[in-house]
Amino acid sequence: MSRPELVAPPEIYYGDSEARKYTNNTRVQNIQADMTYRALELLNLPPDEPAFLLDIGCGSGLSGEILDEQGYTWVGCDIAPSMLEVALEREVEGDLFLQDIGQGFGFRPGSFDGAISISVLQWLLNAETSHPTSSPPHRLTRFFTTLHSALRNPSRAILQFYPTSDDQIQLITSIAQKAGFGGGIVVDYPNSKKARKVFLCLFVGSGGNNQQVPKGLEGEEEEGDAQARFEKRREKLKTRGKSGRRKNVKDRDWILKKKELYRKRGKESVPRDSKYTGRKRKAVF
Amino acid sequence: MVRLITHNLLACHAKGCTTNNFPLRLQDAAVELRDAEFNAEFVRGFLPRLEWKALVGAARELGDKSLPEEMPEMVDEEFLQKLHHVLLEIHIDEGAMVCPNCGHVYPIANGIPNMLLAEHEIA
Repeated sequence: MSRPELVAPPEIYYGDSEARKYTNNTRVQNIQADMTYRALELLNLPPDEPAFLLDIGCGSGLSGEILDEQGYTWVGCDIAPSMLEVALEREVEGDLFLQDIGQGFGFRPGSFDGAISISVLQWLLNAETSHPTSSPPHRLTRFFTTLHSALRNPSRAILQFYPTSDDQIQLITSIAQKAGFGGGIVVDYPNSKKARKVFLCLFVGSGGNNQQVPKGLEGEEEEGDAQARFEKRREKLKTRGKSGRRKNVKDRDWILKKKELYRKRGKESVPRDSKYTGRKRKAVF
Repeated sequence: MVRLITHNLLACHAKGCTTNNFPLRLQDAAVELRDAEFNAEFVRGFLPRLEWKALVGAARELGDKSLPEEMPEMVDEEFLQKLHHVLLEIHIDEGAMVCPNCGHVYPIANGIPNMLLAEHEIA
């Protein structure tokens, strides 16, 4: 499947039907739930204390539901009206905002105890128009600086996203650093193609009691060989060379090998090897 | 579903609008009351983050006069209950929020405020 962020901007991609499909898909629900729990774990909030969180790109409230369940008060923002509509129908507890995170937040400094964001940041990496405020670095800068000021000191922001290349990770981390964040990237299951998840762990101030960037999860890699089922056949095709045809078998080496084989088997009247063996004849008119 | 708790945190974020951009004025607000679970610890922990004047002002605009003009020094259970009601149980469903400085209107429809900016307003 191609990446949705390359198809259309989020507010258009997640139209009415796509928003409903996305929310009702149990696979998506499970993945989102897992990632939300993991993000909360990385957020490392003091236990048994009420907290006020920001859910960036809350969508239809799949992650918000888990925040409700864990007893947090939260505010969510998303750019897709259809997704927010679904969230309203599902009656999540948090306040919802229609907001483009690339335009920055208007929250007062120190408003939130933490922020999470599940599968959102990659949407900021495509420019929709040629206007200078639409360039990914500009939008990322605006996003990270306003997010930094909206968070309390000390606190954390955990942003899960799907980068396509190391360049993207580098761009995002460098802009986050310029905005004043500490922290770094945490990769869960780095050796697995499917389970691999990238979390951006950002610290405001010291980031709470534990300053270390948390370790990614390991183990539980997928079983069996990671290749597709007909990989071998494709490999064989590759050895045939670019032309797609097999190598010419009737060349000099092949003839010599064959004659050697006949002699070994004791076959009579095998012609002598000479400089003419396997040589092409001249075209004769 | 704009509650006063979030209204109290919102400032205008349009380009060049950096002073006097808080609190956003409420306009034609349609209010709905919905019960929420009372959590004394949360409300108490949130007190230092509140801009008291703005909160009382907004509450009065919406017709709730239960809060005193000045933040009381003694914080008791009864006061927290009142504060909880104002912060978390008053929902603004329709209306608009207007920036007192640049006059940008953030319309609220279906309980969701539209915080999108036009291209020339993006900082």
